[in-house]
Amino acid sequence: MELVVFILASVMVVAGAVGVIVRSQPVHAALSLVLTLFGVAVHFVALGAHFLAAVQVIVYAGAIVVLFLFVIMLLGVDKSEDLSIEPFPIQRPVAVAVGAAVAGLVIAAVVRARDTISEGVPLRADDDENVRALARNLFQDHVFAFEFTSILLIVAIAGTVLLTRKEHRKVDP
Amino acid sequence: MSASILGAVVPTTTYYLILGAVLFGIGATGLMVRRNPLIMFMCVELMLNAVNLTFVALAVRFGNIDGQTAVFFVMVVAAAEVVVGLGIIISILKRRPGVTADDLAELKG
Repeated sequence: MELVVFILASVMVVAGAVGVIVRSQPVHAALSLVLTLFGVAVHFVALGAHFLAAVQVIVYAGAIVVLFLFVIMLLGVDKSEDLSIEPFPIQRPVAVAVGAAVAGLVIAAVVRARDTISEGVPLRADDDENVRALARNLFQDHVFAFEFTSILLIVAIAGTVLLTRKEHRKVDP
Repeated sequence: MSASILGAVVPTTTYYLILGAVLFGIGATGLMVRRNPLIMFMCVELMLNAVNLTFVALAVRFGNIDGQTAVFFVMVVAAAEVVVGLGIIISILKRRPGVTADDLAELKG
């Protein structure tokens, strides 16, 4: 049963990821991204990371993808782009080769190290214990990092407002 | 593969790590292939998710919650990064509609 869940979620993840890079319309790519993010959320649930699964759906699939769609609609770039135009012909095969090489090297390392990582079943915490343990870890061991993220978010908001505001020209008297 | 075998085999941590590697490879490929800055941004998100999946798989495997806390921070930083990045993309695309990453090789407005 767990393997079935794993396979289905993995198909979602990989199909969505491939959809992001082959779809010519940005809106379709954004919706494929939602598929991938939901697949990752399913994996999080299967691994027992319930809080992160909820955050994944709310923040990633909710906020971030909606932000992407807002920008696509706002800028009117929802036209299909012609993917057959390739100004630098060798780039695409080289890029695919490099991407496959990166994935292949990591997979080779993981498969070689599978005895160290251990083929055992992943440990699974209780349902409530995950949120509790995460909260304890976050607000005791990493409380300063947590507070600094609020500064990061403030700076990000201020920077975005500054970047996207309309320039008001000063009228010289 | 019969249903009984499917039921008996339980996905191990290695499976999740391999999936993370594949997802990272797809994201990296997309980042190199595509020229639309928005799509390139989505590919960055794919790679971040691959790393998140790896983090959670290993955190669960070794029973150490620190990995999940790291994923939480990655998500916060990713949200901030998307906000700033999309702000930059909006300000560029408002000035020059339909621009691709190739046209932005020089730092000028």
